[in-house]
Amino acid sequence: MKVSKEEIRHIAKLANLKLKEEEEDTYILHLQDILNYANIVNNANVDDLEEAIGVQDKYNVFRKDEIINFEDRESLLQNAPDKENGMFKIPKVL
Amino acid sequence: MNITELTVHELKEKLDKKELTSQEITKAYIDRINEKEKDVDAFITLTTEEAMKQAKEIDEKRAKGEKVSSYAGIPIGIKDNMCTKGVKTTCASKMLENFISPYNATVVEKLNNEEIISLGKLNMDEFAMGGSTEYSYFKKTKNPWNLNKVPGGSSGGSAAAVAAELVPFALGSDTGGSIRQPAAFCGVVGLKPTYGLVSRYGLVAFASSLDQIGPITKDVEDSAILLNMIAGHDSKDTTSQEIERKDYTKALKNDVKGLKIGIPKEYFGEGINKEVKEKIFEAVEKYKELGAIVEECSIDVADYALATYYIIACAEASSNLGRFDGIRYGYRTKEFENLKDIYRNSRSEGFGQEVKRRIILGTYVLSSGYYDAYYKKAQKVRTLVKKQFADAFKKYDVILTPTAPTVAFNLGERSNNPLEMYLADICTVPVNIAGLPGISIPISVDKQGMPIGLQLIGNYFEEEKLLNAAYTLEQAIKFRENYKPEFKK
Repeated sequence: MKVSKEEIRHIAKLANLKLKEEEEDTYILHLQDILNYANIVNNANVDDLEEAIGVQDKYNVFRKDEIINFEDRESLLQNAPDKENGMFKIPKVL
Repeated sequence: MNITELTVHELKEKLDKKELTSQEITKAYIDRINEKEKDVDAFITLTTEEAMKQAKEIDEKRAKGEKVSSYAGIPIGIKDNMCTKGVKTTCASKMLENFISPYNATVVEKLNNEEIISLGKLNMDEFAMGGSTEYSYFKKTKNPWNLNKVPGGSSGGSAAAVAAELVPFALGSDTGGSIRQPAAFCGVVGLKPTYGLVSRYGLVAFASSLDQIGPITKDVEDSAILLNMIAGHDSKDTTSQEIERKDYTKALKNDVKGLKIGIPKEYFGEGINKEVKEKIFEAVEKYKELGAIVEECSIDVADYALATYYIIACAEASSNLGRFDGIRYGYRTKEFENLKDIYRNSRSEGFGQEVKRRIILGTYVLSSGYYDAYYKKAQKVRTLVKKQFADAFKKYDVILTPTAPTVAFNLGERSNNPLEMYLADICTVPVNIAGLPGISIPISVDKQGMPIGLQLIGNYFEEEKLLNAAYTLEQAIKFRENYKPEFKK
């Protein structure tokens, strides 16, 4: 399993990560190592098996769509890195 | 009497008989923390002052004859990935270094209702990704049996704190072995409940289809007690199951006559340390003496399960960790001109190496072109793993394996080789893949004096059977009476 520089950059972009040059090199090696190992799954005989969704398959949990207000606005905003007038602040988008 | 040596059920007895007060207990633990924490480094945040206040309140209630909960006034430690209102929840990450949750995790709420007192938040691998607690952004926790060794992970702070008697018991979380493996490395008991038995609401998500919260304790009875407190359906976690409420302590019968134990031969292959194997087989002989029926069996998915685990866990993690963007909470970069820069730079600067590695692996296996070969295939293997366990449980009550292939390794020994670190999870991950309950109990030590853990795996929601099997062996082996951590330097 070979992973190219372009591939790792593409993946990093998808993951919203910016990697340094040396990080790219290390992650390529680690990714190759892990993927080579993970290839074992392709030896498993699973032809007639379905994919598991999770632990408990095939059920849905339904509930009424009700609004529950969270009153403590201050405690939500206290973690914001930047805010103004009770709102989260980000750089100009448009 | 040395208070910190007592188990939770012993502390309760003393409280009931008025031989001890909550303040005396809490004070004893704080003194112990002041003495040993500098060697062990188990805590990220201490809440000892608040704890003493609460202890005083509970003592006053008791003195006035007011009704208090059965275990009111006993302290606990909480892994730092469970949300605690008003107290930092860092996930051992720079990303959440200053994060204060606006709400409590359901398990924390339940402990509050039981009037259990938190002594603080315990160290872990960043976002619970790791097997040694070395990937914490803040500090490296040491193994109380030998301070040059890792405590295991990712709940290494919880296991080390219980082993070092800095807390009477603790909460951990287990995605691929993160309760059981550190419990084994630190010579304590660790229980991963069936997926869906304990609410995950307020547990910072790593891999949602695998994560489960559970007890790390001095003995099996304490695990049953803590499970009683935290188990139960929660409408805030749709994967939590509505099952009948049980008193797990009632299951501890100290009797395994006729219990059918399966021993999968694949878990005793060449990757398993010889001494670990020998000690596990000694315990198997003990089970036979106690009247259990032991048989070799085959669960031929260990290698597949580990590969499947890293594909599924990283895929889910890459999605779950997408929420950390530097906008509403968490770390925000100083270097930005536009919104994209905030996302990219905050994430790149805020996450540690292992977290980024797993996000990249997870993004890779989910990306177009690789989805079918890895993720889809892994989900099919997951079905295979579940099927093999289901077949085994037609014949056996519990499955017995080592908890980890080796004892605790040296600090720094594996931190630069991710694959080698991942192999430490080979015995524990199949349990998460299938969603089964598993427990690790200490059975002996190796020649260097490092603890060895034995893992028992049960069928879905059969924690009672599992706890009784573990309890009966524990009573016969008496590990705690024979071995103690020495804080070797």
